[in-house]
Amino acid sequence: MAEREMTTIDGNEACAHVAYRINEVCAIYPITPSSTMAELADQWASEERRNIWGNIPDVMEMQSEAGAAGAVHGALQSGALTTTFTASQGLMLMIPNMYKIAGELTPAVFHVAARALAAQGLSIFGDHQDVMAVRSTGFAMLASGSVQESHDMALIAQAASLRARVPFVHFFDGFRTSHEVGKLELLTDDDLRQMVPDELVLAHRGRALSPENPFIRGTAQNPDVYFQGREASNSFYAAVPSVVAAVMEEFAGLTGRRYRLFDYYGDPQAERVIVVMGSGAEVARETVEYLAGRGEAVGVLQVRLYRPFAAADFLAAMPASTRTLAILDRTKEPGAPGEPLYLDVISALAEAAAAGTLPTATMPRVFGGRYGLSSKDFTPAMVKGVLDEAKKEQPKNHFTVGIVDDVTHTSLDYDPQFRPANEGVVRAMFFGLGADGTVGANKNTIKIIGDDPEFYAQGYFVYDSKKSGSQTVSHLRFGREPIRSSYLIEKADFIACHQFNFVNTTDVLGRAAEGATFLLNAPYPADEVWDHLPRPMQQQIIEKKLPFYVIDAYAVAREAGMGTRTNTIMQTCFFAISGVMERDAAIDKIKKAIAKTYKLKGDEVIQKNFEAVDRTLANLHRVTVPGVASSDLELAPPVPAQAPDFVQRVTAMMMAGRGDDLPVSQVPVDGTYPSGTTKWEKRNISLFVPIWEPDICIQCGNCSFVCPHAVIRSKFYDQDRLADAPEGFRSAPIDARGFPDIRYTLQIYLEDCTGCGLCVEVCPAKSKEAAGVKAINMASKEPVLESERANVDFFETLPVNDRGRVDFSTVRGSQFLEPLFEFSGACAGCGETPYLKLLSQLFGDRLQIANATGCSSIYGGNLPTTPWTKNAEGRGPAWSNSLFEDNAEFGLGFRLAADKHEDLAQTLARQLADRIGPDLVDETLLAQQRTEVQIHLQHGRVAAMKERLAGIEGPEARQLESVVDHLIRRSIWIVGGDGWAYDIGSGGLDHVLSTGRNVNILVMDTEVYSNTGGQMSKSTPTAAIAKFAAAGKKVGKKDLALQAISYGNVYVARVAMGAIPQQTLLAFREAEAFPGPSLILAYSHCIAHGINMANGLNQQNLAVHSGHWPLLRFNPMVRESGENPFVLDSPRPRVSLKDYAYNELRYRMLSRTNPDAADALIAQAQEQVTRKYELYEEMAARMGG
Amino acid sequence: MADLSTTYLGLPLKHPVVASASPLTESVENVKRLEDGGAAAVVLASLFEEQLRHEQQAYDHLTTAGTESFAESLSYFPEVEDYHVGPDRYLELIRACRAATEIPVIASLNGVTDEGWTGYARQMQEAGASAIELNVFYIPAALDVSGREVEDRYVNVLNAVKSAVDIPVAIKLSPFFSAMGAMARRLADAGANGLVLFNRFYQPDFDLEKREVRPNLTLSTPVEIRLPLLWLAVLYGRLDGVSLAATRGVHGAEEVIKYVMAGADAVMTTSALLKNGPDLAGRMVAELEAWMDQRGYESIAQMKGSMSQLKVQDPSAFERANYIKVLESYRLDYPTVV
Repeated sequence: MAEREMTTIDGNEACAHVAYRINEVCAIYPITPSSTMAELADQWASEERRNIWGNIPDVMEMQSEAGAAGAVHGALQSGALTTTFTASQGLMLMIPNMYKIAGELTPAVFHVAARALAAQGLSIFGDHQDVMAVRSTGFAMLASGSVQESHDMALIAQAASLRARVPFVHFFDGFRTSHEVGKLELLTDDDLRQMVPDELVLAHRGRALSPENPFIRGTAQNPDVYFQGREASNSFYAAVPSVVAAVMEEFAGLTGRRYRLFDYYGDPQAERVIVVMGSGAEVARETVEYLAGRGEAVGVLQVRLYRPFAAADFLAAMPASTRTLAILDRTKEPGAPGEPLYLDVISALAEAAAAGTLPTATMPRVFGGRYGLSSKDFTPAMVKGVLDEAKKEQPKNHFTVGIVDDVTHTSLDYDPQFRPANEGVVRAMFFGLGADGTVGANKNTIKIIGDDPEFYAQGYFVYDSKKSGSQTVSHLRFGREPIRSSYLIEKADFIACHQFNFVNTTDVLGRAAEGATFLLNAPYPADEVWDHLPRPMQQQIIEKKLPFYVIDAYAVAREAGMGTRTNTIMQTCFFAISGVMERDAAIDKIKKAIAKTYKLKGDEVIQKNFEAVDRTLANLHRVTVPGVASSDLELAPPVPAQAPDFVQRVTAMMMAGRGDDLPVSQVPVDGTYPSGTTKWEKRNISLFVPIWEPDICIQCGNCSFVCPHAVIRSKFYDQDRLADAPEGFRSAPIDARGFPDIRYTLQIYLEDCTGCGLCVEVCPAKSKEAAGVKAINMASKEPVLESERANVDFFETLPVNDRGRVDFSTVRGSQFLEPLFEFSGACAGCGETPYLKLLSQLFGDRLQIANATGCSSIYGGNLPTTPWTKNAEGRGPAWSNSLFEDNAEFGLGFRLAADKHEDLAQTLARQLADRIGPDLVDETLLAQQRTEVQIHLQHGRVAAMKERLAGIEGPEARQLESVVDHLIRRSIWIVGGDGWAYDIGSGGLDHVLSTGRNVNILVMDTEVYSNTGGQMSKSTPTAAIAKFAAAGKKVGKKDLALQAISYGNVYVARVAMGAIPQQTLLAFREAEAFPGPSLILAYSHCIAHGINMANGLNQQNLAVHSGHWPLLRFNPMVRESGENPFVLDSPRPRVSLKDYAYNELRYRMLSRTNPDAADALIAQAQEQVTRKYELYEEMAARMGG
Repeated sequence: MADLSTTYLGLPLKHPVVASASPLTESVENVKRLEDGGAAAVVLASLFEEQLRHEQQAYDHLTTAGTESFAESLSYFPEVEDYHVGPDRYLELIRACRAATEIPVIASLNGVTDEGWTGYARQMQEAGASAIELNVFYIPAALDVSGREVEDRYVNVLNAVKSAVDIPVAIKLSPFFSAMGAMARRLADAGANGLVLFNRFYQPDFDLEKREVRPNLTLSTPVEIRLPLLWLAVLYGRLDGVSLAATRGVHGAEEVIKYVMAGADAVMTTSALLKNGPDLAGRMVAELEAWMDQRGYESIAQMKGSMSQLKVQDPSAFERANYIKVLESYRLDYPTVV
């Protein structure tokens, strides 16, 4: 029998590692945090890895989790061992099939990285709300609490399911376990074979549908037998606990790791016992073992098999000495008498008490509560808080722990300073940027240390909410015993700060233990760095007696030819000074790891990393720490003093990383947050920003049009206003005849700039003296920061240009409109956000947006700060996100309500016409609202109507007041990405188009699931690779435009801002003006294309000119004038598809991994493109449509 | 029937027409077509060290950009196990071409670093290359680099590669040496097995609309044979044991004949093949043969160098006097109104 390997991987991989090998079919759909499992399965299949029966599982990506569940059901009914991986709303979409699969007694395991559900807000983080929502489906439920368990239980669940014929949900905590990197022992194929014997597989196949042995399953049943049928499976459920227990015993015999249905840890004579499942059990175990060792009569009962709930086994596992049980649920059921686990325990105890079978002398006191929702950290201090509460005569029932509930006072007080000693564990924290490779280096470090047979290692990574310039905090633990601390580090022995600017914004040393080592990457030498630190940091270094080391890692990286990649350098520093391993041995291991990690990236990359390692030690210096803090610098406040009250009280706390401290009273009750908060967060993430050259500029507006973060603004104004301008404020005469006194300014909001460079790329104006100088050029920010801050302040005082005086029909004109979408957290150079910004400029003050879940809902709506904002009159886009799958329907609902209320407002206005004033009512109801001037006038009429209504009594007047705003033409937009529009929301989108109602749909098409990390969608083009299409997509992308055109009454446009911006603008305006459904497909370059994002617009242009993305408009209104509604706006392809495609890694990758396949696929793609263009040409050539 | 065979870099060739490095010699299918079309040998498209280095860096950058930053998208591409950013694909091309064809396959290398030149040359030899052509593509744009330093660079590269491999090594030269003859001799002394005259340098154009430098390459024309013809004729017979190859402007048998008469052991063609397809080599050879038969030439060996400086009646025709004559003839061709 093969020897078992130790390895260091995360929970997702640990689970998938088993699931892949014991299944034949995987039907999948990406959803955080479970996507990795599906991705690995697909990757392994593409690498032709085999399962334990020697075949390669068929991994199929579906259009949604509902689709995945259907495919799973079908594959199971056809006898294949089938699995899926999901979480959260994905699991919700599987519920209907889960009832079927269970009702038909079908063995299968769904592996779930348990995650919160979208309620008052979406959360990608972990808790048990999703799995608790499926506890009634008839699936058995098995919980893992650690990385090793997610590996082991994946097998135990499958083995038990096949034996019991009951399907299982195997779950572990999203992120906390799914993304925790830990050391574990891998099960061999032989282990798997032993636990999943062939006869069980054959029995499963024997129950499959077959024309050779036909039967019918899935009948419609009448009142006579349905009920009995539902009861007929009882004996199977009754057997599950004993089956699982037997499988666990068998597993223990095989591996030495013994699990039970309920595992008890702590004092055998415990009086206070916590009941908990998932990773929280690990924390509780660590805590109670520590406390029991100090004489406290405490324990923890870890629930592994949650459904069927084996009451007898629970009671048997509970110490007879138990006096108080504290039941911890990681979920929330509003309105329930208690959370599910609590109710189950109560029921078990009550039934035992009634039957006289209680193991305890008396009925224990039971109290329950909630903890850890949405990956809220669950710490030993909280465990102790619960145990302390259990000492009280009347413990607080239905409590919460980990938050401060100052409204309904559910929360328990606890001493946050408590922590078990955990001797022998080294705890290290690393503050880095996503872009600097800190996390990657730390994952590498964990592997290096974990590979040492002497050590155990654990890593957990905290990311922030932005996709650009995001901060990461890595929490690493190393020790000689298995590590159960599934919570963030609270006192670190080593802290590294990989970005110097964090010292001014983040309390980097807040979690430093006394005597901890502090490593700082700073652009200053050891004898100068002290003077550049803020006072609080200096004080902490002195008070906590921190040995302090400094390195200029960027200088070392530059010298080693590594650009700005400092990861290897900082990793080397860690090994050099942390003392975790012997220095030379560690450096040798780093080099070996480098050679392994970068093997695919070539010798060049490896050598540079080696050089970086070698240069590091000579540049790492210990700082002599003075006796007193000398700095005048304080941590910068997160928001300026003029920010609104809510931003000061709530948003600023989240921004400062102190959102955990916000009490319930400060948090909105229904998920409603104020608009426009990104403006208060000056992120300053780019060292380089554009600088405007007024003398070269031709005032075309292109730079501002394409700026993804709305940091380039233009205004024209009377030159007299310049009298108050700060020195150096730039302006130029406006480039328009007949306005000699009007000046033009293009202002860069440089603190909000991400440095993407799209503006420079798109600028057409070049200096006549030096062709390399444009009207806008990137330059170092630091020298101009202060002066430009003053310029921005002054620019803000200039009036926003009157919408009635601006020519909406030109790119240049549109850029005088105020963007009401600004400074989002999207990637630098994002290809989507310029479209949304344009939307906000054109229609922002009457815009209502339904936003599908995805990138746009994240950069558009992820706390703490959000980019949709309002104008000086207080008007702006009203934005909401429902789900991923229902966005079109959600937006249609907006329209239905708006139409209904417009109709109501008209009726009521007519009824009250005499009292309001017949003229005003007539003018308002008959008003044209096509132009901005007309809409502006309508705003005035509605305001007048409101004024008059205020003086009118009676219910009709109040009714009309509540809906009168609907008399201003509302612009309803349904926006999302291709994952929504082409896949999961396709059915809804199609239906909404078919209704003929006046909604506008904007699909920002990146041709891949961007938000979840680059999985294939039906928009992914032929020959591109993506996750789930690692061997290149073999079928063409769906032509959504043609599908929509087929309705005949839908306005359809395909646009690409980087090719013909004027066409984009035209399409947006036509779509909005069209009185029925409109669909705009907008090419959006994306980081998932594998391009230098500064080239995004060039790629858009090539996409159009290669024929990959022909620009078109189909306007049914044109038909009325007898013309062809189909207009092809882009010329015949004049570059080959290859010349476009091979600039992008998504295409190029295949040409490197499998050149023959790449050649064949790109040829196929070229043919598709050519054929498609010919078809369009034919359509465009037809007259009259 | 004239004997068309020749020897280049010690490699016996059926005739002197060789397909030189171009996009046509990037795939085994095309190399096979060239062989079928009649080429006596092929020089594969160059392996550019700088490009490989750039691609490695770009791959590293593009696969890591945006990763490990946001919890939902910790990466954007599937993990692949066999992404080839190194010379593997090129080496595979050598192996495949050798296996698929009978003709000599000459690898072409454009290096940057010493390790690049020697390392890749060694790998090319291991992959089965019949010989290596060094494509020293170097524009001394720095104003403090002297002519001597430029010359040393060529010699150093040659020395390094010669010390790393046993197969024949040719070096493709720039025409821009102050003393082409002396330079050729230095290279011969350093062990060059062949000289290829001349490299067509990248000469950028300007896009006036965009006011950008446009890096494009135009195909050669027959008029371009003059410079290589001159130097082949001068060098022929003066460099012991060194093969001479002509490249540039070969569009038909006429240029082949001229180059052979000047002293070329092999005549390389690119633009004409790109323009007319791989069969052109065969047609050139047929025309060459017919021309030789018509005029009673027995062999290439007989014809080779017959118009070289050593063998013409008036050796000074290749020197300054000839230049004056050209100027005069120019006036004659295009009389101006006085």
